[in-house]
Amino acid sequence: MKVEITVNGEATSADVEPRQLLAHYVRDTVGLKATNIGCDTTSCGACTVLLDGEAVKSCTVLSVQADQQSVTTMEGLDGAADGRPEHPVTAAFHAEHGLQCGFCTPGMVMSAVSLINHDDELDERKVREGLEGNLCRCTGYHNIVRAVLVAAGKDPDAAQQAEAESDALRTAPGFSRGEGA
Amino acid sequence: MSILGTRVVRTEDPVFLTRGATYTDDLTDERLTGALHLTLVRSPLAHAEITSIDTSAALESPGVVAVVTGADLDIAPALLFPGANKAMTRQFLASDRVRFVGEPVAAVLTEEFYQGEDAAELVDVEYEPLTAVIDPLEAVRDETLLFPEAGTNTAAAYGHGTEPDPSWFDGCEAVVTQDIVNQRLAAAPLETRAASAFWEGDRVTIYLSNQNAQGGRDEIAGWLGLDKDKVRVVLPDVGGGFGAKIGSDPEFALVAWLARRQGRPVRWNESRSENMTGMVQGRAQRQTVTIGGTREGRVTHYRLDVVQDLGAYPRLGTALPVFTRMMAPGTYDIENVESRARAVVTNTTSVAAYRGAGRPEATAAIERAMDLFAAEIGKDPAEVRRLNVVAPDKFPFQTKGGAEYDSGEYAKALDLALTEAGYERLRAEQKARRERGDVRQLGIGVSSYVEITGGGAYAENASVEVHDDGSVTVLTGTSPHGQGHATAWAMLASDQLGVPLEKVTVKHGDTDLVPQGGGTMGSRSLQTGGVAVHQASAELIDLAKQRAADLLEASVDDLELDPANAAITVKGVPGAKSVTLAELAAAEPLKVDTTWDGEKPTFPFGAHVCVVEVDTESGKVTVERIVAVDDAGPILNPLLCEGQRHGGIAQGIAQALLEEVLFDEEGQPLTGTFADYGIPSAAELPSFDLVEMTTPTPINPMGYKGIGEAGTIGSTPATQSAVIDALSHLGITHIDMPLTPLRVWEAIHSAAEGSK
Repeated sequence: MKVEITVNGEATSADVEPRQLLAHYVRDTVGLKATNIGCDTTSCGACTVLLDGEAVKSCTVLSVQADQQSVTTMEGLDGAADGRPEHPVTAAFHAEHGLQCGFCTPGMVMSAVSLINHDDELDERKVREGLEGNLCRCTGYHNIVRAVLVAAGKDPDAAQQAEAESDALRTAPGFSRGEGA
Repeated sequence: MSILGTRVVRTEDPVFLTRGATYTDDLTDERLTGALHLTLVRSPLAHAEITSIDTSAALESPGVVAVVTGADLDIAPALLFPGANKAMTRQFLASDRVRFVGEPVAAVLTEEFYQGEDAAELVDVEYEPLTAVIDPLEAVRDETLLFPEAGTNTAAAYGHGTEPDPSWFDGCEAVVTQDIVNQRLAAAPLETRAASAFWEGDRVTIYLSNQNAQGGRDEIAGWLGLDKDKVRVVLPDVGGGFGAKIGSDPEFALVAWLARRQGRPVRWNESRSENMTGMVQGRAQRQTVTIGGTREGRVTHYRLDVVQDLGAYPRLGTALPVFTRMMAPGTYDIENVESRARAVVTNTTSVAAYRGAGRPEATAAIERAMDLFAAEIGKDPAEVRRLNVVAPDKFPFQTKGGAEYDSGEYAKALDLALTEAGYERLRAEQKARRERGDVRQLGIGVSSYVEITGGGAYAENASVEVHDDGSVTVLTGTSPHGQGHATAWAMLASDQLGVPLEKVTVKHGDTDLVPQGGGTMGSRSLQTGGVAVHQASAELIDLAKQRAADLLEASVDDLELDPANAAITVKGVPGAKSVTLAELAAAEPLKVDTTWDGEKPTFPFGAHVCVVEVDTESGKVTVERIVAVDDAGPILNPLLCEGQRHGGIAQGIAQALLEEVLFDEEGQPLTGTFADYGIPSAAELPSFDLVEMTTPTPINPMGYKGIGEAGTIGSTPATQSAVIDALSHLGITHIDMPLTPLRVWEAIHSAAEGSK
């Protein structure tokens, strides 16, 4: 099937199998390899991109569903084309050491972009719950959370202090994700 | 001021945060153009004989170029761990018997990736099911054998030369014993396994996602019967490893073999579901601890028995009990320590290293034992630890586990953690909640730990070269996969050479560039490879001085580095003639290859305090706080070091509360996807409180110890103990990990039933 998808501002089109996943369209058809695939159950979020501005897991969207829409990947953020992480989110990930192996990073960054776009009043708890669809195995999330707070214009030390002192009932291990998100 | 010890942001990051890292599946090497895609047909049964394989329908499927079975292979079955029972070999494609769900039985090669999934479905394999052995304690009994020709399921036994003496604990005033499950975990790096291979004449290049190119090359060459110089292994960026990417996997050799057979490059990138059964897993020990001592709290006797589950084919898991036994006594000065271990095969995924690899298991056991002993004699668990830790004046300390601890201040670390956590205040809060009968009870867990880093290979090489444009290339035999060596090693070179960080390029993970190397594992890199870079850089300055002596008409002893200009100049003479390293390199290549051999491992240590709330109605556990004192000697880059600690702590909490690889009694995996296996998200973890402490090792000139696994080793027992501590007033003294709400709820209800 023929699809026309704008990727990072560039018009792209291809004749694709109806079952092709958007993640494979971005990676294999367009050739943008930043977006990663880390699971096959929509659990890890490594493939997160923006579809018409909304964060989606591109392993769970068919290319044909994205027809006539616009996709943004990490490669489409400010400075990326020049190899400079100048977008507020990528700059903050760099400054706060919010990445190690880098595999979750493109998806995590795009989720963070979406999260910040949707909420002007982020605090540590909101960031943690907002990112629960994106798994990271390296960082323990500590510095990712700080980076997102910085990118959102918050003071990460103050935010972490406030969270530590709050009496909010935290989402607990073993319970389904999605609580409070 | 030296760059060492400063918070340098990573030089890797600008690429990682813009076009993204280049992992094996991202490679666009033109020699991989037209590569066939490998899809593996894997066994759906845990234990069965293969009676027939029909590939005819698959061969008719669109895009299929070949379907290969074990009958087509000329690779001899291999023993994947040299120390294991010699009969326990694995076929590269099973042709007679399968021994775990996920074992490869056929290889489908297609023009396109999606076509492989379709065709693999059409490979018709007939199986005759056999009884599966899933429980390692059942495997020990040898009633059903995985390898009848071995005559046993035991792949290796340690310390079983003598039988346990039943009177060993007779002199103790208090003795406690406990069976403990240290559950099986999936390393689950976000990047699954991947390999691609192409041949040029009789030489193969294999791209791998791995932690050690050189070790992988040696294994693949051995399996394929090739000389090592006919195999080049290159590691692109690697998306996490955590121990599970140590060593080559049979699939990697298969990719190379298939590329030769077909005369075309071959690519393989497994799915997560494949990864959750095909990639090696970790931990998987059944332990029995027995601890005895005086009523005053002095521990005098400790015995540890281990049954190590190896999964179907012995791999590095066979060696885990060696580290568990060595580290059995932990931070404690115990007069009598003994341990025995038996490593057995079961019809499950193979077990190997996972962050800590044998040491977290030792720490979890001794820390649980200390808590049980403290409860038995009615004393505070922190106080009992303080009473038993090795005193600082006893180092180097020869332990009864067989290790020589290099340096440590265990009581100081413990006190730092307790003070930072506000231990007395927490105990008061706990008492108040108990008196009020609160639904949400408070638990405080304390762990004191010591671990061994660089325990496998003490030596590592480094090469440092200054080029005529002033840039520097560092080659290292270590192999980062997220740790940040490109930044850290550049800092070490920059410090010695006076060359700015951005002019230093660090290369690794290519056996043509770096023929020898131990890779990155066992938290070894800084104390071996990092020290080697430091040493090579220092030697390069010595070499530069020798070359500069004639030019500057001065004796070598009168020369020094001018670090502001990366130049050699005469000491103490302002405005003296100088020659830059770049100028020297223009005249003659300026390069040093060196090997640093520490000859011994180091023993980082620390203490963690975990504070949890347990909802006694639902069993729900919330981690309120974790305080971590991790002492790995001087810190090269605090930013990187903290990152390692954060990640380690998270994985430790995950083992304590969430994660467990499960199989049903027939060996079917119950946690075969990320939807079933409980990796924590950001929402389930708190931020972490890190406390600094610095005790150098005398083993290397920089005083460096390893930090990669410490967080996991300390946080797991602290978290487990915290949950049990929250329920101790109910008479609960032990709950096995993971402490899921169901398991905690059941423990609470069993305790209530028992007290009726």
